[in-house]
Order: sequence, then C-alpha cells, then structure tokens
Amino acid sequence: MTPTVVFPVIIGGLYAAGVYLLLDRSLTRVLVGFLLLGNATNLLLLSTGGYRGLAPILGYAEPDQMSDPLPQAFILTAIVITFGISAFVLAMIHRSWALARNEAVANDEEDRRVAGRHDTDADELDPDDLAPDDRPAGHADSLTTRRRTGADLMEVADDVTLPLPGDER
Amino acid sequence: MISVLAPLPVLLPLLGAAGTLLVGRHPRTQRTVSLVVLTAVLVVSVVLLLQADSSGPTAISVGGWPVPLGIVLVVDRLSALMLVVASTVALGVLWFAVGQGSADGSEETPLSIFHPTFLVLIAGVSNAFLAGDLFNLYVGFEILLMASYVLLTLGGSAPRVRAGITYVVVSLTSSLIFLAAIGLIYASTGTVNMAQLATRLGELPEGMQLLLQSMLLIAFCIKAAVFPLSAWLPDSYPTAPAPVTAVFAGLLTKVGVYAIIRTQTLLFPGGGLDDLLMWAGLATMVMGILGAVAQTDIRRMLSFTLVSHIGYMVFGIALGTTAGLAGAIFYVAHHIAIQTSLFLVAGLIERQGGSTSVNRLGGLAKRSPLLAVLFFVPAMNLAGIPPFSGFIGKLGLLQAGVADGSPLALTVVAGGVVTSLLTLLAVARVWTRAFWRPPTQEPLDDTAAAAASDAGAQAREPAPVGAAGESPGNSGSEQQGEPQTGRRAAWSAAWQRHEQVATAGTTVPGTRAASVRALRPLPGVMVGATAVMVAVTVSLTGIAGALYGYTDRAAHELLDRTPYIEAVFDGPVPAEDGE
Repeated sequence: MTPTVVFPVIIGGLYAAGVYLLLDRSLTRVLVGFLLLGNATNLLLLSTGGYRGLAPILGYAEPDQMSDPLPQAFILTAIVITFGISAFVLAMIHRSWALARNEAVANDEEDRRVAGRHDTDADELDPDDLAPDDRPAGHADSLTTRRRTGADLMEVADDVTLPLPGDER
Repeated sequence: MISVLAPLPVLLPLLGAAGTLLVGRHPRTQRTVSLVVLTAVLVVSVVLLLQADSSGPTAISVGGWPVPLGIVLVVDRLSALMLVVASTVALGVLWFAVGQGSADGSEETPLSIFHPTFLVLIAGVSNAFLAGDLFNLYVGFEILLMASYVLLTLGGSAPRVRAGITYVVVSLTSSLIFLAAIGLIYASTGTVNMAQLATRLGELPEGMQLLLQSMLLIAFCIKAAVFPLSAWLPDSYPTAPAPVTAVFAGLLTKVGVYAIIRTQTLLFPGGGLDDLLMWAGLATMVMGILGAVAQTDIRRMLSFTLVSHIGYMVFGIALGTTAGLAGAIFYVAHHIAIQTSLFLVAGLIERQGGSTSVNRLGGLAKRSPLLAVLFFVPAMNLAGIPPFSGFIGKLGLLQAGVADGSPLALTVVAGGVVTSLLTLLAVARVWTRAFWRPPTQEPLDDTAAAAASDAGAQAREPAPVGAAGESPGNSGSEQQGEPQTGRRAAWSAAWQRHEQVATAGTTVPGTRAASVRALRPLPGVMVGATAVMVAVTVSLTGIAGALYGYTDRAAHELLDRTPYIEAVFDGPVPAEDGE
C-alpha cells in the first residue's frame, strides 16, 4: 500500500472544521459540526482497513485480494448511530425554536446565580444577626432571649440579598 | 448454563422494550412487563455473579463465530457485580417511577415512552458491562446514551431542552473520541477483541500505546465525569425528572468508571498514566466537593458530590494495586446504590416541600419524620460516617493509598479525608436547613426554576397569592400581643403560620400556597421504593465483609489478566502468526 496524503488532509480538515463548528453557540452549527466530525471519524475508520481490495464476498474474490470488511462494518454501525443522533438533535433544535424562538445554547441560570453570589452565605453570618427561624438549628446563640416582632418573623434567609433588620452592612 | 444466561441481561430489556412499545396504550400492562423484565434481569445477574465467583470468568461467542472474529460477551467477577448492582438500582428506580406516575395521575397520558426507553437504557448498560470487544463496548455506550438523551429531555420543557443540549453535545464528543480511538487501535493491532488486544497492545511502540491509552481515557473520563471533563454533569442532571436523575447518577458515570478499570487493567497494564489519573482523581474530589458546598439546590449539590466521589474510584484505579482496585470496585458498588437513593430522596423532598432549594425548605423533619430518616441514613453513608459502607469503602481506599506510600498517593489520601469532611458539611447543611429549622413561609425567588414556576403561578392566579401572603402577617400580629421570646417562640410562630397557610391552602383550592406548601401525603409506592433503596445501601454495610472479599478476588482477577484472556480464547492464548 502506498501512503497517500489525501486521506490525512481530508480527515484533518474535517476534524478542524467540525471542532470549530461544535464550539459555536448556534445549535444548527453544532449539528453540522457533529456531522463533519462523524464523517471525519468514518473516514479514519475506513483508512484503517489498509490496502484497497476487491469486495469481500466469497466466490467473488480470493481472500488475499479482499479488502478488510471489518472497518466497513464499523462504519456502517457508526453511520446508523450518527443518523439517529442527528435526527434527535434536529428534534431538539426544533423544540428549542418552538419554545424560545432561539436555537442558541442557553446559559445555566442556577450556575450563574451561585457564581454571582456574594459572601452573604447564611453559613458565614453571625446567627444573632439572623431572624430566629433562620438560625442554624441547635446553635447556642439562638437560645438567647431576644424579642422579635411579628414583622421580623416574616423575614427569611435568602442567599442573594439578606433583608434583615439590624444588618448594618 | 452460563452461556444461555449471559446474553439475557441485554436481550431481555430489549425484548421488554419492544413489548412495552406494543402495549403502549395499556400503562398497567406496560408497568408489569417492565417490572417483570427487570426482576428477571436481576435474578439472572445474581446467578451470573455466583457462577463467576465460583468458576471464574466465562466468555460466550454470540452467534457461534470463532473467537477473535465474532462478538464475545465476557462475564467475570467485575462485570457480574456491576450487573447485579445496576439491575438492583434499575428495579428500585422503576418502582419509584411507577409510583410517581400513578401518583401524578399521568397513567392515561400518551407519554408511554418512559418504560421502553428505560429498558433500552438498561440493555445498553448491561451490554457495556458484558462487552468483550471494544466496538461492542462502543455500541453499548451508544445504546445507553441514546436512551439517556430521550430520558433527560422527557417532556421537552425549556430547562430540560437546554440541559439536554449540553449533555448531548458533550456525550457526542466523547463518543467520537472513543470511536476514533477504536479506529486507531484497529489500524495498529488489527483487532478490537479486548482479550486479543491485551496481548497485542503491549507489542506496540511506547508512544503509540500512550496515544491510544490517553484517547480511551479521555473518552471514558468524559463519561465518568472526571474533573477537567466533568463540567457537563452538574449542568445537565438536576433538571431531569427525579427517577431519571437517580438512575443516571447511579449508573451512567459508573459505566465510564467500569471502562476506565478495563482500560487500565486489561488493555494497558503496567501503570502508564497512573500519576496523571491520580492527579485527576484528587482534582475531581476537591473541585467537586467545593462545588457541592456552594450549592443551595439539593439536586445540584448531589450532582457535585457525585462528581467529587468519582475521584475516589479514580484514585483507587490509579493506585494500580490489588487493594486500591478492590477498594475502587467496592466504592463503585456502594456509590451506585447510595447516589441513586439520595436522588430518589431528593425527589421525595421536592414532592413534600415543593422545592429542592434549601432556602425554600424547612421543617421537614417534623413534617415527615420518615423522609428525614430516609435522607439522613444515606447522607451519613455518603459522608463516610463509620458504621456505613461509605466509611468502609473510603477506609479501604485510604489504606491502599497509605500502603502505596508515594508522596502523591499520600497527598490524595489527605485530599480524600478533606473531601469526606466537606461532604459531611454539604449534607449537614441540607439537613439543618431543610429538615431542622422551622418552615419558611414565603417562596423565595432564589432559584431560576423556582422563579419561573412562581411567575407562572402568579400569572395564572394572581389573587390567592396575596391571600396566602397575608395569613402570616395576621399570625404575627397575634404574636405581638402575647410576647413569646427566644427560639421556642420563633418555632411555634413559624409552625402556626405554616399550619395557617396549609389550611388556607386546603380551603382555597388552587392557591400557590396549597400547591407548594400544603402537607401532601407522600405516595406510598414512592416512599416504599426509596425505603427499599435505602435499605439496600444499609445492607451493603451488613454484607460488607463478603462484598469486600469478593471485590478483592475481582481485583486479583483483573490484575492477573490471564483468567480473562484464557476464558475468551477457551485456553491459552493462541500463538501470534500475523494478521
């Protein structure tokens, strides 16, 4: 078998383009990127079969002239899988469009919220500053006598903003 | 007999999936079929486990093709144990899902795809555990991933589609890396049969071995959510329905861990990349648990601890010793059960408290003592409190690390101890806030999902919200007249307020207070399923001695390699005579 430069160039090009598209926020581009990557991988598998030979059918060719059928079986499986997943991703794009008129990958809101939180996590606060019902259970300080009005009792802990009376910050 | 039984864990769920599709219009029949199939799989797996333990690994050539050519299914101690744990967990989760379905009154809905998809998922998981060649492993992965895409986006709501997109794209990438690695392995060795690869890969040049090994490890580490490649998991798991998250958390990452064990023991023995894996394990533990501590949503917290505890298993594998591997396998079995139970409990908490955010929950210990027990036991188990299996697993791993004695291993041991403590902190936070403190009366807009659902509720029923909000005010003014002080007063005030809201909710049906705050009895089936799963995690402690002995034998078998290879070739390895 003579080494050919065509395969590596095509495979490498497809991988590069595929990865580039996969990194995009637009889902359609992601899908196209995935298809390119899938094809690149299929070509890679095809190239593992070695030299070109005759169709691997008994009676049609001698075994030593046949091309390796196994990678082709791999590719067939991979194509079917890629096909199924593409259909699923298309359905998701459609759903995303129907829901939000948008097919960009959205942010994880909860993640942003946690990341944007300041140092006002309830665990780091002095329990005395909290409304009684927000204090850590069993905290010694929470047993001290302290008058609370009904309005105070309505205050509740929140990690984002702590609307506490007596919180001087 | 084993040759008849071995394909059944794959075959039965697939046939069951077809069956449940056929009877899609009859939910009861569908449920029966799924439960019967999974019970059968569990029985078969137990038989396989006993067989594998008594007579060593067995290989079955599917379709009768001679060994290096056809597809081989291999049952050894590791895969049999994984099958048993997986089918137990699957059965528990299915039971929970059935209970949830009937409790929600969704029996008559056209959404009949849960059961078939779930069974396909189990077929894929079983196939991955049994696969004796790399390509079949890939197919197993794809079957379970395809099913998981559908399950994760069940219902197609906006948050699920968003989470599903992340999950699908990341999984696709890892699958493509795996497939490319298979191609390269085939090109360099001419086979994908793992037993044959075990003998042939060692003959390759070292650089080539390193490339192939790292490609496989990258692919599997993405699936197992090992640290630098784990960001997708806490993003995508929490939005799915409770039973789906539970089974994903329990099983899917562990399939990746299983594949890492196979790669590191059977295909690439000798400890290449062990140091790197050890670092990855350390980073996974620490970063994961730091993430968990920062969360206020129980499901997200659990997702982060899931990532974190994968680090323990990776650490055990990276040690490469029998003790390390035995500890890792024990930990996998323990962690599958524990994480599934915790996510099921989180599902119950959401039902009972109307939220999974610790800022919105409160008073659950008094409101539902059973739920409190169901959360407390596995939570302590997860944190590694002594009587439980989590402690035994961690102790085994840490001992193996100390026995290894290298500075790196000792560093990871220290990291493991810190992680364990931080896990305790994370679950204790949930415990004190969701279970011990009195209930908070106002839903807070502190999670994006909650805010969205509140907004939806407000849009639908603007008036009752105000009514529900007023009642605590009234209760507060009553309190003013009769000064009660201290914590006790706060408790009773909060309880009064809570009761008021709850009763107001029942008299004015359809208020938000009613839908979120009212004391809803938990459906018995869901509680039963969760209780059984928790009992399983506790029973792991009871049988820990036997189980640890078993995982020890499994680790010996894995490191020895010859039993596996000889089982596949039905005798000694045939002499290599070219392609």
